[in-house]
Amino acid sequence: MDTSSGRHYSLGIESTHDDFSIGVSTYQGEILSNITETYIPAEGGVHPREAAQHHADVADKVLEQSFARSRTRPKDLSIVSFSQGPGLGPCLRTGATVARTLASFLNIQLVGVNHLIAHVEIGKLKTSAEDPVMLYVSGGNTIVAAFDAGRYRVFGETLDVALGNCLDVFAREAGLHQKKGLPFGAVIERLATDGERLIPLPYTVKGMDISLSGLLTAATALLRQRKYSLEDLCYSLQETAFSMVTEVTERALAHTGKKEVLLTGGVAANKRLQRMIEEIAAEHQAEFCVVPSEFAVDNGAMIAWTGVLACTHGAVTPIEKSAVKLKWRLERVEAPWVK
Amino acid sequence: MGEINLLELIQKGAEATLYSMEWNDRRVVVKKRFPKKYRPSMLDDQIRTYRTVHEPQLIHGAKRAGVPTPVIYQVNLKEATIIMEFVPGKQVKEILNKLSEKDRRHVCLQIGKSIGKLHRSGLIHGDLTTSNMILNSEDKIVFVDFGLGEKTDELESRAVDLHLMKRALQSTHFRFAQDCFDTVMDGYADVLGPETARETLQKIEAIEKRGRYVEERET
Repeated sequence: MDTSSGRHYSLGIESTHDDFSIGVSTYQGEILSNITETYIPAEGGVHPREAAQHHADVADKVLEQSFARSRTRPKDLSIVSFSQGPGLGPCLRTGATVARTLASFLNIQLVGVNHLIAHVEIGKLKTSAEDPVMLYVSGGNTIVAAFDAGRYRVFGETLDVALGNCLDVFAREAGLHQKKGLPFGAVIERLATDGERLIPLPYTVKGMDISLSGLLTAATALLRQRKYSLEDLCYSLQETAFSMVTEVTERALAHTGKKEVLLTGGVAANKRLQRMIEEIAAEHQAEFCVVPSEFAVDNGAMIAWTGVLACTHGAVTPIEKSAVKLKWRLERVEAPWVK
Repeated sequence: MGEINLLELIQKGAEATLYSMEWNDRRVVVKKRFPKKYRPSMLDDQIRTYRTVHEPQLIHGAKRAGVPTPVIYQVNLKEATIIMEFVPGKQVKEILNKLSEKDRRHVCLQIGKSIGKLHRSGLIHGDLTTSNMILNSEDKIVFVDFGLGEKTDELESRAVDLHLMKRALQSTHFRFAQDCFDTVMDGYADVLGPETARETLQKIEAIEKRGRYVEERET
């Protein structure tokens, strides 16, 4: 490989779910571009095939914009990485196909990145966190993890529905609408600010795991009864669900004795959740770090950066091993770059 | 009586804070559930009171089922405080990785049997981790911290209980997690019979498949 001609950039492709995103980073972790196109269904949830079609439609445009924004050319790249999982099959395959094509056409290193690890690594890059307990809450994931002996380990997770998904489904049931820049979570957060009454809802913590399905069912059932205001229901849903994730995060913090908490994922943008996590961090003399929104939601930059970390530690992915892994668990991945 | 003096902090957990002290000529543990400011006080009061009421009942039930647990001396609902026996010994979490294979299996077998006895009596521990098990001076494993437990005979709850045990082993004793868990299940089968053990294992698999990040089979 020719490195003398200034090939020192990493391009990362993220396509696990409804976002198609490409980021470009340097080997030092400078993010040069991070461009995302989101698939928003006219109604209902995200259909994997339709989302994948969207990703295929926008891929060349996003790629072109990424080179323009980062002021790089294809021949400046030395790594192309992609989200290899976990996520929706058709969406992952679209991103993987773009990545493989680029890698073989440019004859550069291909790196299959674990989406969950990418969230931790970009979080560490963008905050002061070095060895945090991470709470990652998004539409597809609710996970409490921390590094131990060569790998990130899952300490707690949801046994069923993800936190973001729980809020999304409730919002749809309530007939709310999301817009670009104003996702369901933000709509609920606004309504919750005007809620006053805490309606009793199921609170289910099992060890360090939580279950949100019962809470979601109960909240939607109350919605249909029309006995309570939507504001009170949003408030109660948020308070109950957030208290559950906060409790398990505190457990992981007490259990591991780590001194930082990293909050990330789409739901990390919620101010109320931030305040709760901040409080338990203070309680355990740990530093509270919240990942800036642009890098907390799914994004290509985190894949590009994790690609650098993996590639510089010899973890590249040959094409024949680049098949997507729909349910790729966090603790299956060695993270040799972490001290 | 019961004057709280010379409290020594043992552990500041997430759910409660543990102190030890001399109390009526005994060494005791004081378990206090302090208010959590992050959640609304109404919800917080409910959770703390519920757990303070249920924990001693479950600890009592466990003892009746033949599982070693600390003796409860006093419960103060208003303060959300429980005073119980201090169990000298070591947390299984601290010692498990250091044991020989034979001793490790012996410990896991005992753990499995104890879980079997709890479940046979309709008791769910709710937080089966190796930090909630103490190997005492008589070589017995004492189960503590029933704060997240419940009383039920449901297969689903029993399977979740064991799933948590498995997860705790994977995160803290990853080098031999599978062997430990298999041995725990052997002990479980000794008490509840192979048929129930098999049925529970199947349910555990079903629960794990329901999760968001279930490992695919490597082919």
